[in-house]
Amino acid sequence: MNDISAIPAPVTQPPTEPYLRLSNLDVTFLAGRAPVHAVNGVDLVVAEGETLALIGESGSGKSVTLRALMRLNPPRRTKVTGEIRVGGRDVMKLDAKALSHFRGGEVAMIFQEPLLALDPVFTVGQQITEAIRRHETISREDARARALSLFERVRIPSPQKRLDTYPHEMSGGMRQRAMIALALACNPKVLLADEPTTALDATVQIQILLLLRELQRELGLSIIFVTHDLGAAVEIADRIAVMYAGRIVEQGSARDIIRNPRHPYTIGLLKSRADGAMVKGTRLEAIPGSPPDLSRMPPGCAFAARCPLAIERCREEVPPLVAQDTGTVARCWRVEETHVLRTGSWSNEAEPALASTR
Amino acid sequence: MALDYNADRGGPAQPLLTVRNLVKHFPLKKSWFKERERVYAVDGIDLEVLKGETVGVVGESGCGKSTTARLLMHLIEPDHGDIIFDGEVVGSPELPLREYRRQVQMVFQDSYSSLNPRLTIEASIAFGPQVHGVSNKEALSRTHDLLARVGLDPRRFAERYPHELSGGQRQRVNIARALALQPRLIILDEAVSALDKSVEAQVLNLLMDLKEEFGLTYVFISHDLNVVRYMCDRVLVMYLGKVAEIGPVASVYERSAHPYTTALLSSMPSIDPDNRTQVAPLAGDPPNPISPPSGCRFHTRCKFALPLCSEREPMPRELAPGHRVACHLGDPATGYVVSEARRAPAETVAGLP
Repeated sequence: MNDISAIPAPVTQPPTEPYLRLSNLDVTFLAGRAPVHAVNGVDLVVAEGETLALIGESGSGKSVTLRALMRLNPPRRTKVTGEIRVGGRDVMKLDAKALSHFRGGEVAMIFQEPLLALDPVFTVGQQITEAIRRHETISREDARARALSLFERVRIPSPQKRLDTYPHEMSGGMRQRAMIALALACNPKVLLADEPTTALDATVQIQILLLLRELQRELGLSIIFVTHDLGAAVEIADRIAVMYAGRIVEQGSARDIIRNPRHPYTIGLLKSRADGAMVKGTRLEAIPGSPPDLSRMPPGCAFAARCPLAIERCREEVPPLVAQDTGTVARCWRVEETHVLRTGSWSNEAEPALASTR
Repeated sequence: MALDYNADRGGPAQPLLTVRNLVKHFPLKKSWFKERERVYAVDGIDLEVLKGETVGVVGESGCGKSTTARLLMHLIEPDHGDIIFDGEVVGSPELPLREYRRQVQMVFQDSYSSLNPRLTIEASIAFGPQVHGVSNKEALSRTHDLLARVGLDPRRFAERYPHELSGGQRQRVNIARALALQPRLIILDEAVSALDKSVEAQVLNLLMDLKEEFGLTYVFISHDLNVVRYMCDRVLVMYLGKVAEIGPVASVYERSAHPYTTALLSSMPSIDPDNRTQVAPLAGDPPNPISPPSGCRFHTRCKFALPLCSEREPMPRELAPGHRVACHLGDPATGYVVSEARRAPAETVAGLP
């Protein structure tokens, strides 16, 4: 039931075999006292040249999903099951050599904090030429020329000079541009972006989002953009997938998710935003409580404890992804009735539930 | 001794906090060859905070928001300028620092590093009142009341350590601790920025309720313009240590007069998938506060910059009651009547120098 492909042809489903496909992905961390179920049966498809935004709160498993895609989670302490296919290849079966070509050559990643992701003791130019020479047989001069054209492409001013600077000498927005240049150095097909704009000012964030959109159009990249900010997701994504406690609870076109959310959690997220239309002095519609402990996952829907519509069935059985007529899929037993939450209020139950969490 | 309520002194018309020409420069390491460089973190801020209002402070990182907060709290000494609290100069014999800090409290962004990891949250909250001479028993009973008030059941949370709480719960503890001395003014320095959106809404609701219940005044520092619009009565827009624009929230958000404010507002991601942003309102990062641009500090990124802007610093000018802007544009004294140009859509004026 959890398999997204079992759903009768939603309109958002790309027509051909998608470039990237995750099927029934489970990631469990075994290091602590109890196993932590960070990702629980995630199914995702991303077509060539498509941008998918993965939205969720901290601890919802969005970054872990990205890392699993590149097999970056520590192998000894992590159990990963399920299928990961990128460009027709089974990523789970790649050997060490194929994997190191796959990382960077096929799929590249940019991170939230470029200062931590870049090496502080090499100039950014050295880091990019090193990456290119690692993947291809190419002279140092040619690699540097390519680094320069990458810097021009990501619109770094005076790129020749900037190639010889160290990461700490750059401003936050510039560093993020340099990291995007590094990620694109070996012509990957898929770009994984792990909250790349969260640490930036709004004025710089919008510049980076526009740059990613432009690169995606020109290079035909597939992008998975992880964020907790609905606004950033809407600016960049064709489709949005909402994660909660390691599961995708709703997925659909960006327009449909924003205009016509079906899952109670998505509705709650949209309602809890303070925006310009708010009348001063009215209370925000906060979702009561907090997400569940991933080492003690409830047997049913993970959101049931915070959901005003929860019934007995929600607490006992994990709901399947139910297809809607617009192509959106939502993981909720009462998906037909959730529209009442969009107009109604759930604050009457908010305060007592707060004290009883955890 | 019990803490008596911090009584109002000057009456409702007297501003709770008045700041005049506040300046703070941080000297950098001395170099042999050039003059000692300085970071112009806060460079002449004037601000009045009225009793019972919420004043928002917005701006990009590095514009001096947090330095302003620390100066207001007297965590760092200003180089220049006065801070007047309800009619008394802070640090004077009438209002010594110790007394001032009972009346003004602060909540920081990082909920974890602002709590002592070796103290239970109960001990952390009771610490302030104990230092100010409240008996242990009374301090603890007040702590439990406050914990219950911020939505944490004291029977379950009082004995816990900070690492045993989630980020939202820890920020509730910090708010309870700020309330423990019954302050009149609370400075919230990005207090909800590190929280997840659903938790942020809970904490914002809590802050609104507490304000009403305890008659508090807030200085609310944030980079999230939506949250500021929702929370605040007035807003101060800072750029590189200076006030660019200040005024009532409705007036500033709907009729922003400074090009920087306009750019900040249009940098907010739209939540409308059919109406995505097409052109970034501002290019580049904010300039370095070590050597700020001459004249108007915004002229290097301003679409409407004119020769005068790099030569002369604009003085704040009152547009409407309480709404002041520091910009040469539209100032009759400069002879530049550019208000027409500014109303035109961004595309048509992008080509201007």
